Amino acid sequence: MEEILDLAKRVAEEAEVYQINSSYTPVSFEANKLKQMETKETRGAALRLVRNGRVGFSATTDLRDPMKLVNDALAVAELGAEAKFHFPSAAIKREIQVYDPLVEGLEVAAMIDLGRGVIEKVLAYNSSILCDVGISKHVEEVLLINSRGGEAAYKKTAMAGSVHGNLMRDTEMLDVYDERVACQLAASYDDLAEKLIESFEQAKRVATAPTKSMPVLFTPKGIAGTLMLPLQAALNGKTVLQGASALGDRLEQRVFDPRVTIIDDGTLDFAPRSAVCDDEGVATRRTPIVEQGVLKNFYYDLQTAGLAGRESTGNGFRSLYSLPSPSPTSVLVAEGHDAFEDMVKGVKEGILVDQVMGAWAGNVLSGDFSANVHLGYKIENGQIAGRVKDTMVAGNVFEALKNGLEAIGKEAVWIHGSLKVPALLFKSISVSTKH
Amino acid sequence: MRDVLAEALKDRRADYIEIHVEEREATRLSFRGRELEEISTTSDLGGNVRALVKGGWGFASFNDISTLREKVELAVEHARAVGHEKSKLAPIAPVVDVIHLAIKKDPRLVPLTEKKHLLDSYAQLCSSVSPKIQTTRSNYGETFRKLYLANTTGSYIEEERLDITTSVAALAREGDNVQQGHVSAGSADDYGAVEHLHDQVEQAARRAVSLLSTKPVKGGEYTVVLDQKLAGVFAHEAFGHLSEADHVYENPELREVLVLGKRFGGPILNIVDGAAIDRPGLRGSYKYDSEGTPAQKTYLIKEGILVGRLHSRETAATMNEKPTGNARAINYRFPPIVRMTNTFIEPGKVTFDEMIADIEEGVYAKGSFGGETGIEMFTFSAEEGHMIRNGKIAEPARGVLLSGNVFETLQNIDAIGDDIRWHNGGGCGKGGQSPLPVSMGSPHIRIRKCVVGGR
Repeated sequence: MEEILDLAKRVAEEAEVYQINSSYTPVSFEANKLKQMETKETRGAALRLVRNGRVGFSATTDLRDPMKLVNDALAVAELGAEAKFHFPSAAIKREIQVYDPLVEGLEVAAMIDLGRGVIEKVLAYNSSILCDVGISKHVEEVLLINSRGGEAAYKKTAMAGSVHGNLMRDTEMLDVYDERVACQLAASYDDLAEKLIESFEQAKRVATAPTKSMPVLFTPKGIAGTLMLPLQAALNGKTVLQGASALGDRLEQRVFDPRVTIIDDGTLDFAPRSAVCDDEGVATRRTPIVEQGVLKNFYYDLQTAGLAGRESTGNGFRSLYSLPSPSPTSVLVAEGHDAFEDMVKGVKEGILVDQVMGAWAGNVLSGDFSANVHLGYKIENGQIAGRVKDTMVAGNVFEALKNGLEAIGKEAVWIHGSLKVPALLFKSISVSTKH
Repeated sequence: MRDVLAEALKDRRADYIEIHVEEREATRLSFRGRELEEISTTSDLGGNVRALVKGGWGFASFNDISTLREKVELAVEHARAVGHEKSKLAPIAPVVDVIHLAIKKDPRLVPLTEKKHLLDSYAQLCSSVSPKIQTTRSNYGETFRKLYLANTTGSYIEEERLDITTSVAALAREGDNVQQGHVSAGSADDYGAVEHLHDQVEQAARRAVSLLSTKPVKGGEYTVVLDQKLAGVFAHEAFGHLSEADHVYENPELREVLVLGKRFGGPILNIVDGAAIDRPGLRGSYKYDSEGTPAQKTYLIKEGILVGRLHSRETAATMNEKPTGNARAINYRFPPIVRMTNTFIEPGKVTFDEMIADIEEGVYAKGSFGGETGIEMFTFSAEEGHMIRNGKIAEPARGVLLSGNVFETLQNIDAIGDDIRWHNGGGCGKGGQSPLPVSMGSPHIRIRKCVVGGR
């Protein structure tokens, strides 16, 4: 890696080498049976350099010829974008806990047992359910050095458990899924099985909803599936820079209900999205995005910040094969005061949305969301009346969060290990159904 | 390479082992507006070993080829920990073959500056359409791969693959209202397929502008006419995924629903998938799949009857059917799974005018932002829409999202157009492997009683 940097320094004004070394081991159960075990090792380096003020980039997993990597990066630098940044000159010395040796040392036999435990629990409830279960561990080493003296190195672990239960009767099908990801060892994933059973139990009865606007209560999983994608797109510094964000010119303005606070935090110990720095050596931080309804910040990496005349927020993340780009770390949506049961009780006629399908496919930038309710329930007189089918919800995230919010749940839940959000109840969202 | 792989396959302690090695060279360009955002050439060298022991699969991928022997051991060890039944693998004839690409216009011979100018010309064209065009996003990508496959069936295959894609999205904005128009194209053998999109790009920009003043569609149940692109996405999303045998083979209830010979649609309906479709440039085409099974053309629905499904060697053996050459891996980091290739609805006899003539109130849904399926339920999003009133195309409507139960919807297809068109700009995602190159084709189709989500 130093060899690549040395070669690049000779021909470029600035250079940076990003290297990853990772091992990912998932164990997969299919239809209640252990099906596959994998180990995926990835080792590669990416070189970013600046020559004549322009950015060149190349990456490879074939480390036998460092000169090829340098030459490939130089060749594209001739046509590359103008560099609007300097690499950070500080070596990162701080510590944020993202590594658990117990995850790295975890035996595959123990992973198999964890998966079996989940399946046994679900089958004890109903032996007709088909479960796909995944238990995985991930160990990643990241090394970053640049020609200005910036450097960082860290090791991170992640352990994940996921369960997908499927129950079929004639052509009627019920699919329920859940997952949990964390940097630390999980002793058990039985809670995933318990939640799954709760959903299957709740979905036994079927109800129908009329086509009209009505109160809609989203679970944390439902929020992640519908509202977050358009919101994140609008908060991305790149979208803002292009003038394509509906929130782009609203900094320091009231954009949402004053109960809404959203924080991006890359410094939380043992959160899978945390690290000492982002993927270009800028220290991660805790950034208020929306504070009591007022828009405070967008996400920036170095180049986007340079173009926008702002500072990187430590949100420059990338894969081996791409340049850094603004992306959130852990997104924390502030909790409210209402118990989930009370939120249900307060709805005379409405829908509870838990799992959705197709929400990403709409016009994300306009803030519009429209989604098939994959798993959702009709609420009648404060009671869950039954599962709804052939039902869609549609609305606009910005409108909904500004004027449409009825209540915020008091318990925020981690989704995908990257979003911590409570349940949200909206006064009126458009619902369409088939009759 | 052949000797290296053969050596590593010796002393096998598994029912089946296969080794993939892959060399990849890729070039990517992306523009935001007129600004070049990213340009890169990257290379990749890696491989994997997949082993089957008593019905259990072990898989190990790597970048350091010198560790190949250890990875064979690891994959076999993994498989041993998993397997407790009998391995099932449909027989195929061993092949030894080396396939070189036949390329019409080779993108690797086109200078980078020319590709940059091409994307820039698309971006410039968009912004010249209207001051309301806020920005554009344009991407170009080319990937050349050389794949090596050796397995204990006795096959050794070297196959070259090329994939070229271009997409342009124009964003129009008026206050909070942001709308987009989108074009994507691609080819497996011709840079020319992405060079002449100027008319389509201009139309996409105009579409984005006109969507600004278009009212959202009113949600409800309608007779819906899908244009070729959206109907192709429908065939892929709604029925194609259901035809992938890995969704079916371990699920007794679904197996009962999807019995070959059962009627799923009217006699006008024919749906086909295959990597051996006789049409150049389709992105789902190849000679052998990732298990070394020769590519085929598979009827899924013939005259409304379910007649076939897509298989890997394992799913075929489990269901006592024949492998169809649909085991595909997006790259060496993943094991092959059952995937579509080129999926299409065969053309019928109805003209577009005849199709809409007797619709009192309906929706004409065009283009696609994408779709998703949960086996029986599907949902996909049209790029633009028009109301159909009294047999005529009427006012435009935006935000058209279609959703329904696949089985009911297939039965409700009551007209199939005579105007098939192919869409080569899409990709498919499944099991974390995305985007896989695929093509989709269809004529216009009409569906009765379709739920349209809207406000």
